[in-house]
Amino acid sequence: MNISLILQMAADADPDRIGLVCDGRRWSYGALYRAAQGAAATIRASECAHVALLDESSEAAAIALFGSALAGIPYVPLNYRLADADLAALLSRIAPALIVGDVARVQKLAPGDGHVVYSRADFVARAEAAADSASLPDEVDEDVAVQLFTSGTTAAPKAALLRHSNLLSYILGTVEFAAASDDEAALVSVPPYHIAGIAALLSSTYAMRRILLLPAFDPDAWLALAASEKATSAFVVPTMLGRIIARLDAGARADISSLRAVAYGGGRMPVEMIDRALDLFPETNFTNAYGLTETSSTIALLGPEEHRAAHRSADAAARARLGSVGKPLPTVEIEIRDEEGRLLPQGERGEIYVRGDQVSGEYKERSALDKDGWFPTRDAGWIDEEGYLFLAGRADDVIIRGGENMSPGEIEDVLLTHPAIADAAAVGVPSVEWGEVVGVAIVPRPGHESPCDDEVRTLVKERLRSSRVPEHILVLEALPYNEMGKLLRREVRTLFKG
Amino acid sequence: MKPGTKLKSTVDDTEVMVIRGTDAVVECGGAPMADEKPAQLGTLNPDFAGGTMMGKRYVDEAGTVELLCVKPGKGSLAIGGVALQIKDAKPLPSSD
Repeated sequence: MNISLILQMAADADPDRIGLVCDGRRWSYGALYRAAQGAAATIRASECAHVALLDESSEAAAIALFGSALAGIPYVPLNYRLADADLAALLSRIAPALIVGDVARVQKLAPGDGHVVYSRADFVARAEAAADSASLPDEVDEDVAVQLFTSGTTAAPKAALLRHSNLLSYILGTVEFAAASDDEAALVSVPPYHIAGIAALLSSTYAMRRILLLPAFDPDAWLALAASEKATSAFVVPTMLGRIIARLDAGARADISSLRAVAYGGGRMPVEMIDRALDLFPETNFTNAYGLTETSSTIALLGPEEHRAAHRSADAAARARLGSVGKPLPTVEIEIRDEEGRLLPQGERGEIYVRGDQVSGEYKERSALDKDGWFPTRDAGWIDEEGYLFLAGRADDVIIRGGENMSPGEIEDVLLTHPAIADAAAVGVPSVEWGEVVGVAIVPRPGHESPCDDEVRTLVKERLRSSRVPEHILVLEALPYNEMGKLLRREVRTLFKG
Repeated sequence: MKPGTKLKSTVDDTEVMVIRGTDAVVECGGAPMADEKPAQLGTLNPDFAGGTMMGKRYVDEAGTVELLCVKPGKGSLAIGGVALQIKDAKPLPSSD
């Protein structure tokens, strides 16, 4: 199996249809497939071990992804926002690689690693030029399609391996080939080194939905591209949606009436924000997607009807589903287990385990799958009586005070009900007496005084058990997030050490 | 049949990729499929001429064989003379 089949089928079915639009240039499926073949020839000639992208999103990301697959070399998109030292470490781990993007930075950080480096424009030009003379093997042996370094919010980045069979299982199981009508266009603004960026290219190509690539997210550029290209769907992380709504609230004008569907994921969506979005876009279908790098993207989703039903409902349990990530895909199994790996009954909080053909659960160093093929996600969660999955932070984020496990989320949810608190994070702070105690970092809402410590403690004490009452309270201007909107708890914990 | 194996019809343009397979011989248009398309196509059996559709997945009754049509043709797919069926999948909202 090889994911290049996805582009090949689209190009066979309708070579002239526009498949990708970026920076004003329009690529047909036929032109993309030819460029991917040319790229594959260039890649094979380089004799490199990996193909890397160190760049914002562009057509080069699609050409490199499919070109690497045709060449049978793993594709490794890198996070160009990493600090020099972190990036240098990753560059040495993939050497020698054919790298597309920031030539000067590679030469500065990894001069002796034997990398072959092309600028975006050079790579694309070479790929197009080599298309006609490309002679490629019919079958390639390599079974790793993509290698993604995890974001390392809790530890050093791990190299997650996604096999062709994982990604193809995901696409075949969730997308109907060529199901998109001529007018459908998906706005893609997630970075190319994120699993959502890879999945967007694969899903939309297989559905034959035109991809509108935004090189880097900016709310005004997003609104302008959605309006000018009449985007019909988009995937956003919650922070992006928040920034788009803020621009609209501030009076930004853009005709985005074509936008029929918005999918979101990649981080925790505050219920207030999705409520607001449902009010603001009454005709739009919202889908919440939950997935991980190691699972080839989505494993559970909350669909449009479920969003509207929860939004309208007066019943508390039904309304609470706006905060769930929905039900598992029909092609995967999900279980909640305790620390010893024993299955927990419905409603109990534990670690989310997942199994299915799309689940790789494998790192370059080792596989994390158990003997029956289950992947422990390290995400904590629980499943309600109707089968809806709720997330409750990372399993590693659990605060253990005197043997009692508590989820940061329950404390944060209570803090966020305070009118003067805009954002909050709860973490475990080492304690001689208890092992860990609760520390909370709060961000006051602009124009409000931060509530005093006693007020914060009383709020938690009234709503939760006394063990949840924070021992340490910090007031910050902002919490540390990565660019995908993931809270960096490791950094919050460090703040309590001072 | 290993997952990923491509099979070609010997009587029409159909090509399939094996998603899940057994040792069963897959037929298209009434004739066994092969690794290579023959220079001269055989004759399509009119009893197996319903056609294949690109991008559809075809399964046997027991669910032991699943094939993805990657090139469509005039023949229809069968194992041991029993026609394969299109796999019905509930459409999911796009999440990417």
